[in-house]
This record gives sequence, C-alpha cells and structure tokens, in this order.
Amino acid sequence: MTMMRSLLGAAAAMALSTVAAVADPAVIFDLGGKFDKSFNEAAFNGAERWAEETGGSYREVEIQSEAQREQALRRFAESGSNPIVVTGFAYASALEAVAPDFPDTSFAIVDMVVDQPNVQSIVFNEHEGSYLVGMLAAMASESGTVGFVGGMDIPLISKFACGYAQGVRAVNPDATIIQNMTGTTPSAWNDPVRGQELTRAQISQGADVVFHAAGGTGVGVLQAAADEGILGIGVDSNQNFMHPGSVLTSMLKRVDVAVYNVFSAEGALPSGITVMGLAEEGVGYALDDNNASLVSAEMQTAVDAARLQIIAGDISVHDYMSDESCPVN
Amino acid sequence: MENLDTIIQILDSTIRLATPLLFACLAGLFSERAGVFDIGLEGKMLAAAFMAASVAAVTGNVWLGMFAGIGISLILALIHGLASITFRGDQLISGVAINFLAAGLTVVVGQSWFRLGGRTPALSGEGRFGQIDLPFADALRDVPLLGPIYSDLLSGHTFLAYIALLAVPASWFVLYRTRFGLRLRAVGENPGAVDTAGISVVKLRFSAVIICGVLCGLAGAYLSTGHGAGFGKDMTAGRGFIALAALIFAKWRPWQALGTCMLFGLLQAVAIRYQSINLGEFTVPVQFMDALPYILTVVILAGFVGKAIPPKAGGEAYVKER
Repeated sequence: MTMMRSLLGAAAAMALSTVAAVADPAVIFDLGGKFDKSFNEAAFNGAERWAEETGGSYREVEIQSEAQREQALRRFAESGSNPIVVTGFAYASALEAVAPDFPDTSFAIVDMVVDQPNVQSIVFNEHEGSYLVGMLAAMASESGTVGFVGGMDIPLISKFACGYAQGVRAVNPDATIIQNMTGTTPSAWNDPVRGQELTRAQISQGADVVFHAAGGTGVGVLQAAADEGILGIGVDSNQNFMHPGSVLTSMLKRVDVAVYNVFSAEGALPSGITVMGLAEEGVGYALDDNNASLVSAEMQTAVDAARLQIIAGDISVHDYMSDESCPVN
Repeated sequence: MENLDTIIQILDSTIRLATPLLFACLAGLFSERAGVFDIGLEGKMLAAAFMAASVAAVTGNVWLGMFAGIGISLILALIHGLASITFRGDQLISGVAINFLAAGLTVVVGQSWFRLGGRTPALSGEGRFGQIDLPFADALRDVPLLGPIYSDLLSGHTFLAYIALLAVPASWFVLYRTRFGLRLRAVGENPGAVDTAGISVVKLRFSAVIICGVLCGLAGAYLSTGHGAGFGKDMTAGRGFIALAALIFAKWRPWQALGTCMLFGLLQAVAIRYQSINLGEFTVPVQFMDALPYILTVVILAGFVGKAIPPKAGGEAYVKER
C-alpha cells in the first residue's frame, strides 16, 4: 500500500487520501525547533500523547528556513497526511496558498487565523494567562520592579506583554515594568546568550521577577534569573523544572491539548476559529512540586479568584491584537 | 550617581559581550596576517562551544570542557590548513565548508548524545567558569568613582574574559617583537621572500592556523561555559562574522582589534539595555544599533575612514617556484 502510494505520485495520492480510512496526521514545527522546551515542544508533546494513547503514527518535520514553510506543507498534503497541523503564526501565508489546492485535507494552524473552508484556526487567549502570571509576579516581587523578555517583536508577543503588564498593575499600580524584545528576525527565538544579557540588564535596573515569552531564548532568561538569585517565569510549556526554586511559575499555553484534539478529531475538522482561553483551560499558570514553596496560599487564592472573574467576564483583560495598543505599559 | 551605575553596568556588559569577539578577532588576525583567510571562525567557535559544553556537562569539569573545545577547534583549523595550505584549495570555500559542517554536526551529534534537540544539558557549579573577584574588590567598593569601576567593572568576570584581555598585549608582543612574529607577518605579505630566506612557508602558516584554532576554541568555550550555561543550536549567532568585521575595522592590528571589539560590544550592550534611543526629535531604532557594526565595516572598506589594506598575499596559496 505504501509502496503503491509512493509510486502513484501526487495526484493519485490526493485521491487516495480521501478514500483511505486512516491517514496519518502530520505536524510541522516552527523555526524554534521541536525541542525548544516551550511552544513547539508543547505541540510535540501533544502529538506524542496522541501517538501513545492511540498507538497511531504521525509525520513531523522541523523546518530550517522561511522558504521551507510552503514546501513542507505541500509535501505532507501531497503524500496524503490528514489532518495537518502547523504551529506558529508565520505559516499563515503558506497555508493561505496551499489549503485551496487540497480541499479534502484538513489543516489546523495554531496562533493565527486563516480564513479557508478546510482550515481550523486555533488561537489562545495568551493575554488572560499572562494576566495571571503578571499578578503572581507582582505579588512575588519585593522591589516593585518586574521584567518581560519577548522573542521576536511581533503583535503576538506584545499580547503576552500587555496581559502581563495589566496583571502586574492590577496587584501593584505603582509597579515598574521593564520590557525588552530580543530581536526582529526569527533568530530571536533562539539566542539564549542574548536572553541572558537582556535579563541581567533588567536585573541591574531592579527587576526581581522576569517573565519570558521568547521560545529557546527563554532558556537563557531563566538561567540568568537562577544565576542572579531572582525569579523567572516560564512560558508555553511547564518550565518550572528547569531551575527548581528559581522559576516562580509558567504561563501555560496548551498547544499540546490543541494538537491532541486535532489529531483525535473524527472525520473532517470543523473549520473556523477555535479559541482556547481560561475557560477552556487552554491557558493557565503552572503549579507543581518545583514551585510549591514560591507560590503562597494567599497568592494562589488571589489568582484563582481573578481567573474565575475573567471567565465570568467581571475582569476584562485587554487584547493587544484587537487594536495594536496596550492601555498600560 | 545613578548615571555612573548605569554606565558601569553597560560597560560591564560590554566586556562580557566583547570577549568572544576579541578571541575570534585575534584568531582571525594570526591566520590572516600569515596569509590564510579564515571565514570559518564562526564554525570553529560553534564546534568549540558545543564540545566544551558537552564535555563539561558529562564530566562536570569546565577545564576538561575548555580543552575539548580547543581540541575540536584545532581539528577544524587543521582541516582548513590542510585544504588551503597543503592542497592549495580555495580558502574561502574551505572556510564556508567548515561553517556548514559545524552548524550541522553540532546539532546532529548533540541530539544523539543528549536527546535534547541539539541542546546540551544546562551546566551548573563546576561545569561553568565562575566569576573571579579581583583582590580587594569588596574593600575598595566604597571608594568614590574608582571603587565601583574596580569592583563592579573590572572585577567579577570569568577567567576567560581576563585571558582575552591579556591575549591582546601577548599577540602584539608575538607579532611585533619576536622573530616568529616578523616571519609570520612576512609570510602574509611576501611568502616568496620568506621562502628565499630559507624559512618554511608551510610550517609558518600552519603555526598561524593552529594559534587561530586555539583562540577560536577559547571563544567557543567562553560562549557556552563562561557567558552562557550550555550549548544551543547556532548559539554563536553570527559572532564569527562580526569578529571578521572587527578585524577589517581594526586593519589587522591587535590593539586596534581590542578597540573595535570593545566598540562592537558596547553597541550590543547599548542595544540590549535600551530598545530604542530617543535623541530629541527622532528615535534610533534598536535594529540600527544591531546593524551598526556591519555599516561601520562597509564605511571602512569603502575607504572613508582611512584605508584597510589586507595582507598582500592573503587568500592565495603559496606555490614554490620550480
């Protein structure tokens, strides 16, 4: 069967994929790489969980350059993978081009909205999760100064920063928030040395809690925080284990759940936008043995109360991406 | 007073950021002064950073890591030497090949050793170079002006950062005050004359390439075990190329290399500290600061600020007359 499929070539493979009862799903990671301990690794973990539970197999690829985005998508679609998940906002234009050519294949994109009948767009309410860790940061901070290190300077990362700033201000209206972006090119996701230096600069300006939303660069941020004896906050995956006792918490973004859900879906994926917010447990903050001593019962109560209020709509957290501006800074 | 603190913090960060540039720049200086162009600095640094972090992670001993880093960098340097000196191949192509080799191999080997996606485990304790406090650093901290400069700026760097600073006068001495240095410079300008004097061009060039390998190894070891704490994919992030730019900017001279590396380090430190700088009417974006080293190099190459004349015989393999 597989040999035949590879012989038949692209057009036939497409026809087959609609007939084949079980087509392997596929996931395409973004430039940070699937072991970034953060965003892409979360996607990878979701796929692994699916594979473990169902015994199925899936295909995956880590792209190495911008030019490979469309190429990888097209290859997987041609070889009959279905559904195909792409992780990262940067896939939008490639998916926009590829999706119409494969109407019988379901696609899902994380972190971006692509308006096509066969694309499910999964977006997270990062601002809500960031708000919660912002509150924790402000409560844990003794100096009243907290920091934020972003990866690439894009609206999505400003969304993290803005939610975080709002959470900090909600607890301590006089807090100083130092914000830095690592860079403006995709390499900003993978420069731990620079992340470390940025963090040290923030520490020297008084920050004693630093939140990163910077993929692989964040490894350096958390390292610097641990070295200098302050607290770091992880992102996307639970990063509390990386430096036990020095990571206050992690802003969870359950990309793993998103990927798992897509992989487990029966039949064609529903198109449109799927929002993963606090209510859907798509975002949240991490609490485990590694940070139990850092988060007091009071802090936990306050944050959990805020969580319920956000879900109920009593607190509205401004979404940076809705108007490209932030009410607090 | 607060301004002084800020300035000292930025300069402190400058030293940390300039150290790998300085090592790589001096490495390039030796190699290119002997007539062997080396754009493989980046690759050698990367491989050294990887080996240093791997060995330090496994053995828990940063010194073993450092020597492993120097070792792999030497091997790559000798490959470059073999290709461009012995076999008279194109030096640029050999350098590019080394860059690609290092970029790919570090990730592949790292993945198979540690299963962390090309990353090495985070280093701690003895696996990293600690900060060295210079004598009396604490006692002198309260002395106005000089106190903070001594205890915060000069003290508290890693072993390798001090070695980098010492390497500058050492390089100057070797190049300009020893017989070996004279011959090394001569072999980059006019290998024929050196050969006529009965001195082996090949041997001299190989020694230059070996010195280059050792210095690149130190640069890489500094990145992963001194400045950072572990290796990450492509962690050199173009520093080898900035070092080449610094080399041209310094017009292939050691003291000037110190100056340019510090300048480029300062630019990075300022870019890290301030996302954008307000100069009254207009704002300097951070991207401009990042690009400045390259812009300055282009300006120098275009001949606006003095002339950068590379070693005359650079880039050419020496063919003995028959």
